[in-house]
Amino acid sequence: MKIPGAGLAKGLTVTMRTMTKRSVTQQYPEVKPELPPRSRGVIALLEENCTVCMLCARECPDWCIYIDSHKETIPAPPGGRERQRNVLDRFDIDFSLCMYCGICIEVCPFDALFWSPEFEYSELDIRDLTHGKDRLGEWMATVPAPPAHDGHGVRPKEVDAALKALDKPARERPARKPAPGPESEDAG
Amino acid sequence: MTDVLEVALRVALVLGVFLVLPLLVGQTEHKAMAHMQSRLGPMYAGGFHGWAQLVADGVKFAQKEDIVPTAADRVVFKLAPAVALIPYLIALVAIPLGPGVVAQDLDVGVFFVLAVMAVGVLGPLMGGWASANKFSLLGALRTAAQLMAYELPFILAAASVAMAAGTLSLVGIVEAWEPWWLIWQLPAAVVFFVAGLAELQRPPFDMPVADSEIIFGAFTEYTGLRFALFLLAEYAGIVVLCALTTVLFLGGWHGPYDDVLGWLWTLLKTMVLAFVVIWLRVSYPRLREDQLQRLAWQGLVPIALLQLALTGVVVVART
Repeated sequence: MKIPGAGLAKGLTVTMRTMTKRSVTQQYPEVKPELPPRSRGVIALLEENCTVCMLCARECPDWCIYIDSHKETIPAPPGGRERQRNVLDRFDIDFSLCMYCGICIEVCPFDALFWSPEFEYSELDIRDLTHGKDRLGEWMATVPAPPAHDGHGVRPKEVDAALKALDKPARERPARKPAPGPESEDAG
Repeated sequence: MTDVLEVALRVALVLGVFLVLPLLVGQTEHKAMAHMQSRLGPMYAGGFHGWAQLVADGVKFAQKEDIVPTAADRVVFKLAPAVALIPYLIALVAIPLGPGVVAQDLDVGVFFVLAVMAVGVLGPLMGGWASANKFSLLGALRTAAQLMAYELPFILAAASVAMAAGTLSLVGIVEAWEPWWLIWQLPAAVVFFVAGLAELQRPPFDMPVADSEIIFGAFTEYTGLRFALFLLAEYAGIVVLCALTTVLFLGGWHGPYDDVLGWLWTLLKTMVLAFVVIWLRVSYPRLREDQLQRLAWQGLVPIALLQLALTGVVVVART
């Protein structure tokens, strides 16, 4: 049998029970949120690793990465020849356009781009949301260490190959010159 | 000279209660409602858990421009907030706080308080009519319909307890009160409280101000201090209703050590009831207009009449 007013009582108990629990509100400016380790806050640039291959700028779905560069000739070392390398002049990411898809970071072949969990970079002027390479470089300090390798995951192929090589009897290994130790260096 | 002083003191006390308790209820509503919805509510004003939020609100309201619509009936429009607020101040005069602690012990206390409270409902009616706004008018008409429907069970329930006590004086009723009345007069107490909530247009009976469909009912065109006065009237109304329910049905100052702590018992019961008002607001959705009317005419009025009959039978049987 249904007791009349049971529904009303149920409503009251729900609100009362909620009142006795801790509220879920976070006092944001005073208490910083605990973000998960791989949060997508802002993109950091490690300038030394960038080769101006332009992959990131080309893959960017909303074209918010702007790259300028010039070629520089490195004078020939003795007995060698001159080499050319790309020098980065400008690397801007317009965070007012960026949709935080992370494709630029995925495609970068030289590990020059990283996710940083920092998110407090709002601006009063939309033009200030375009971060230059210096500002992008400053974010590098906030990039967390890469997560540890999953112990239960598949081992990298390189490790497998090395272990396999170790298992072979020594004589079957291709003859190799022993690596020069510290003593041999002194002797030389 | 001492008479004048005494009157001044009594008036000052009533005014003090009138100004402090509604703010206290308002702040409780802010915080209790927030926690019932798993929020924190105001946290900054005043430093400690936003205790000064309503003071800050008052300052904000005072700064706002006082606008009267061009087509409005200016005099009535400006008068309406006062008509809504002052009756509750006057009603407090007759409500006893403790044994001997009452601003004015009236022989017809129940009648006086109910009559004055009914005047308070005229405020939204006047404001709605004078605003020259369709939403305001709709709100006012809903207020009128609600007033018509709920005034009857409200008064019948109060009449039941007056009959039981054999007096219309609020002090007399508290003195005659005995704990077993809690059971005997329970239906009347529930009817009185619910009908009172409906007269105050508190959720879930807030159809006249239903902000999601008619903006803010009769208060749509009000700004600044006049709007604040309407809000204050709502909270003053909660205080008066809860105090009245306490005095009529919960035994007023009766409790342990009531010769010394009587006033505390009255205040405590009033605040607990005020919390229930807030609790109901958070828990239930708004009643539709037809549900409102059905609850009044098919629910509360018959219960109140049955209670009246029961009270009459018991009173006659005991004498």
